[in-house]
Amino acid sequence: MSTRLFGAPIKRKEDPRLVTGGGRYLDDLGHGALAAAFVRSPHAHARVVDIDADDAFELDGVLGIYAHDDLPGKVGEPLPLLIPHPALTHGRTGYALARDEVNHVGEPVVMVVATDRYVAEDACQRIRVRYEPLPVVVGIETARDGAARVHSDVPGNVAAHLTQVVGDVDAALASAPHTLTLELDIERSASTPLEGRGVYARWDDERDELRMYSSTQTSTGVRAAVAAKLDLPLAKVECIAPDVGGGFGVKIMHPWPEEVLVPWAARRLGHPVKWTEDRREHFVAAAHERGQLHTVTVGFDDDGHLLGLDVKFWHDNGAYTPYGIIVPIITSTQLLGPYKPGAYRVKFWSLYTNTVLVTPYRGAGRPQGCFAMERTMDAIADRLGLDRAEVRARNFILPSEMPYDHGLLFQDGRPLRYDSGDFPATLSKLKALVGWDDFATERAAATAQGRKIGLGIGCYVEGTGVGPYEGSHVQVETSGRVNVSIGLTSQGQGHETVFAQIVADELGVRMEDVFVTTGDTRKMGYAVGTFASRAAVMSGSAVALAARQVRAKALRIAADALEVSADDLEIVDGTVQVKGAPSASMTLGTVSVLSNPLRYAFDEAAQAATQFAGTFDPDRPPVAAGDEPGLEGKDFYSPTQATFANGMHAAIVETDPVTAEIRILRYCVVHDCGPMINPLIVEGQVHGGVAQGVGGALYERMVYDESGQLLNASFMDFLMPYASEVPTIETDHLETPSPLNPLGIKGAGEAGCIPVSAVIASAIEDAEGFAITRMPISPSELWGLRRRYAAGEITPLRRASPRSEPADRAEEPTP
Amino acid sequence: MNEMLHEVTLTVNGVRRTASVPARRLLSDFLRHDLTLTGTHVGCEHGVCGACTVLVGDEPVRSCLMFAVSAQGLEVTTVEGLGLRPDARDCATGQSMNPVQQAFTECHGLQCGFCTPGLLTTVTAYLDDHLDPTSDEAREAISGNLCRCTGYQNIVKSVLRAAEIKAERRAPDAAEPGEPHPGPVAAEGVPS
Repeated sequence: MSTRLFGAPIKRKEDPRLVTGGGRYLDDLGHGALAAAFVRSPHAHARVVDIDADDAFELDGVLGIYAHDDLPGKVGEPLPLLIPHPALTHGRTGYALARDEVNHVGEPVVMVVATDRYVAEDACQRIRVRYEPLPVVVGIETARDGAARVHSDVPGNVAAHLTQVVGDVDAALASAPHTLTLELDIERSASTPLEGRGVYARWDDERDELRMYSSTQTSTGVRAAVAAKLDLPLAKVECIAPDVGGGFGVKIMHPWPEEVLVPWAARRLGHPVKWTEDRREHFVAAAHERGQLHTVTVGFDDDGHLLGLDVKFWHDNGAYTPYGIIVPIITSTQLLGPYKPGAYRVKFWSLYTNTVLVTPYRGAGRPQGCFAMERTMDAIADRLGLDRAEVRARNFILPSEMPYDHGLLFQDGRPLRYDSGDFPATLSKLKALVGWDDFATERAAATAQGRKIGLGIGCYVEGTGVGPYEGSHVQVETSGRVNVSIGLTSQGQGHETVFAQIVADELGVRMEDVFVTTGDTRKMGYAVGTFASRAAVMSGSAVALAARQVRAKALRIAADALEVSADDLEIVDGTVQVKGAPSASMTLGTVSVLSNPLRYAFDEAAQAATQFAGTFDPDRPPVAAGDEPGLEGKDFYSPTQATFANGMHAAIVETDPVTAEIRILRYCVVHDCGPMINPLIVEGQVHGGVAQGVGGALYERMVYDESGQLLNASFMDFLMPYASEVPTIETDHLETPSPLNPLGIKGAGEAGCIPVSAVIASAIEDAEGFAITRMPISPSELWGLRRRYAAGEITPLRRASPRSEPADRAEEPTP
Repeated sequence: MNEMLHEVTLTVNGVRRTASVPARRLLSDFLRHDLTLTGTHVGCEHGVCGACTVLVGDEPVRSCLMFAVSAQGLEVTTVEGLGLRPDARDCATGQSMNPVQQAFTECHGLQCGFCTPGLLTTVTAYLDDHLDPTSDEAREAISGNLCRCTGYQNIVKSVLRAAEIKAERRAPDAAEPGEPHPGPVAAEGVPS
C-alpha cells in the first residue's frame, strides 16, 4: 500500500458537489409535489373546542384539510415514546395533530395540503380554531411548584425522578473538613441547523410502496416508525436522508408529526407531498434543550480532594417526553468529568412545562453537567486558595486507573466505565497552549491599563460511540469501483470522505474509487442513527470490518486464479499482486468478475467468469458452500460499552469596566478523541462545537413569557453567533487510543461545545472577582451583577477579596 | 379565486429565463421552484442568515427579501453560475469552480453546505472589490452570514485563500480558462 490515508488531512469528497450548487437537500427534491402547511397552536396550554375550515376549502388549490378527527387508526394515536425508562413513570407524547388539548405554542392542530406553499399558508390563515385557555406552566420553578399542571394526570409535573448513588454521601459530607453548596443554572437553547426539518413522500400506487425522504439523523428510525404508524409492511417503506443541512441533535428525534402526516397524505391523495419547515416553525415546533437548575453540595479535604458530591437537579423536558430522559441521565453521569468524586449521589426530576419539547442538542446534557462540576472545582480552589488547575489535577482519574468504573449506569443502560484517556497530559498541554502559568503577568499588565481580564478553564469527558450497533456493506464492482453503504446519516460531518479513507486503506484501493452512501434504507436497512458522536466509532469500525472481509475474499479468489498462496499477496492501488513480484497480478475489478460465476457475459471482461471460460473442478459447485457470489462483504460493529473521549478548554476573556461587554480574547482547546481519521474534519467539528458553545455561553436563550409565548422565535432575536462573535480557536490534540474498537477511535462531534459555558463563566468570574452561577450571561446581566456586588449583595471571591474572610463565613450547612 | 400572474423575465447565470408568477413570489422561491435552480438555499426567510444570497448585477442580495417581479430585466448570478465566471477553472472531479469555490474545498470551509452558496456569492462579490484582505477584514466580510457548522474559522481561511487563488489566476502566466485544476482533489492537505 502506498500512503496511509487514515490520519491524513484529506480534502472532502463532498465539497466539489456542494460548492457548485449540486447539493440535494430536502426542499430541492420533489419539484411538482403538493405542499403541506400547518395551523399551529397560538396557545401554550388550551383545550381545542372547535375547528372551522369552511373558508379555507373555498380557496383554489386546496386539496386537503385535516384535523385529528380525520386521522385513521394508528395515525391518530399518540406518537411513540422512543426510549422508555423505568424511572419515566409519567411519560407523555403528543399526537400527530392535537386531539383535544394543546401543550405548547407551535403544536400542530390542522394540516393543509395545497398546490403550493403560498396557497397552503393562505388556507391556514382562513382556518378558525377556537381554544379554551388553560393555566400555563413555564419555567422550572413554576413546574416544580406544581400548582398548575401541564398534563392533568401528572402530579407535580414530574415525568421522571431518578437517583443514582455510589458510596455513603451523607457520611462523606458530614465528616468532610469543608463543604460548599452551589446553585447553578443553565438556560434553554436549541440545535438550530441552518436547514430546518422537512419531509417529502411519494406513494407508488402500482407497487403499493412508500418512498419518503426526511431531513433526519436516522432514516432507519423514521422508516420503522412510519411503517408502524401507517400500518405498512416494513418492506413497503423506504426512507432516504438526502443532503442534510445540519442536525446537531434535533433531527434524531422522530417520528415528528410531519414525518407521519406527510406520507399519510401522499398516500391518501395519490400525489407526492412535501413539507419544508420554515424558521419560525423550527423555533416553536421542533425541539430545544439545556434548561436545568442544579444544586451541588460538595465535601473536600484541605488539599482539595473530593470526598463526597451530592447533586440535585431539575430538568425542563417541555411538553412531552418522546425521547425519554436521555438528557438528564447524561447530565447525571457525565457531570463527573475526569474526576473521582468520592461518594456520589445524584437525583434529578424531569419536569413538564408548556414549552417546546426537549430532546438532545449537541452535547446533550453534558454542557449543564460540566458547568455544574467545573463551577464546583473553581469554588473549591477559591475556598482553599489553590490554583484552579491544580485542584482539578488532584482529583483526576489517572491513566494507570483505566479502565475506570464509576459504578453508575450510563445513557445506554451500560456501566459508566472510562476506557482510556490521559487527563494529566491533556491538562499540561492546555496549560502550555494558553500560557496558564504566565497569566498573572498578563493580568497585571492589563490591570495597569485599566482593563479587566480573566482566565477560565473547563474539563470534560464525553461518552461517545454508544451502541447498540452500526453496519456497513462494501462491494467491489467489476469496474473496480468500490461502493460503501452505511446506514447512519450525514449532516455535514464528511462521512463520504472519512469512511472512504478507511476503506481505501483497508482494501488497498484509491480514494477516488470509493463511493460512500449514507442514510438510505434501500442500501442498508439496519442502522441506528447519527448522534452521540458515534458515527466514526460505530460506522468507522463497521466499515473497517466489512472492508477486511472483502479484502480476505479478494485475496482468496486472486490466490486461486494466480495459483499462489493468499499470504503472498498484497493489494496496491486496486491491484492484487504477488509481494515482491508485482507482474503477477490482477485488478480488484477482475477479481470481482471472477467472484461472480456467470452464464451471460455482459461485457468483454465478464467473459472470464462465464461457464465455458477457464478450467474448473466439475465436482465442486460454481459457488462453494458457505460462499456467496460477488466481491462484497457486510459486517456490523456492536461494542459492549461507549468509548470515552475527553478534552480541556481555557479562555481569556475581557470585560469592559464600563459597559460590561464581554469579549473572548483567546480560546484554547486540547482534545483527545484517539487517533484522528482526518484531522481537518476533527478540527472542523471542534470549531463548530466551540462556536455553538459560545452561543450558549453569551448569546442564545429561548425567551418565553409567562403565557408561554416564545418572544425571540426568529434569527433577528435569537442571537446565533456570526463570525464577529466567534473568537479564533487555538487547538492542540492528544491521541490516546481506545482499546474498544478496531481503529482505536473515539467520537469528536459534540466535544467542542461541552465545556464552553463553564470556561467562559470561569473566566468572567476571574475577571470580576465574584461568582458566576447562571449561563448564558449578557452584558446587561453582568452589569446587574456588578451593581449587586458593589451593594454588598454578592460575596466576593476569596482570591479577589481585599478583606480577610473568616474561615467558614460562606459555609452553608449540609442539607 | 386565482391569483393574477405576472410574466417575469430576467437573466440568470447568463441565460434569459421567463416564468409567470404571482406578484408575491419571492426571488428565492422563483429561482428554486420556478427555475429549479436549487443551489440557492433558504435558511430563515427574513433576511438574517444570508444563505439565499445571490448576485444581482455585481451586488450580493438576499433573494428572500426581494420579489421575483422586482428582478424583472436584471442579471442574477446564483451559486450555479459562479463556475461560469472568467476566473473559474475545472477541478479534478470535473466541476468548474471560481477561486472562492476552490478555496472553500481546499480549506474545509464548509460542513453541511447549506449556508455555503450564500457565502460563496457574498465572498465572490467582496473579493471583486478587495483584492488582498487581512484576516480581520475577511472575518468582517463574512459577518453577515450565519453558519452553524464551522465556527467560521475555516471560512475566514477560505476567504484569504480565495484571494490568493484569484491573484494566481490573474497573473500573466496563469493557466488558461478551462484548463484542469492542477492538484488532485482527494489526497491533498490544506495549505497551512
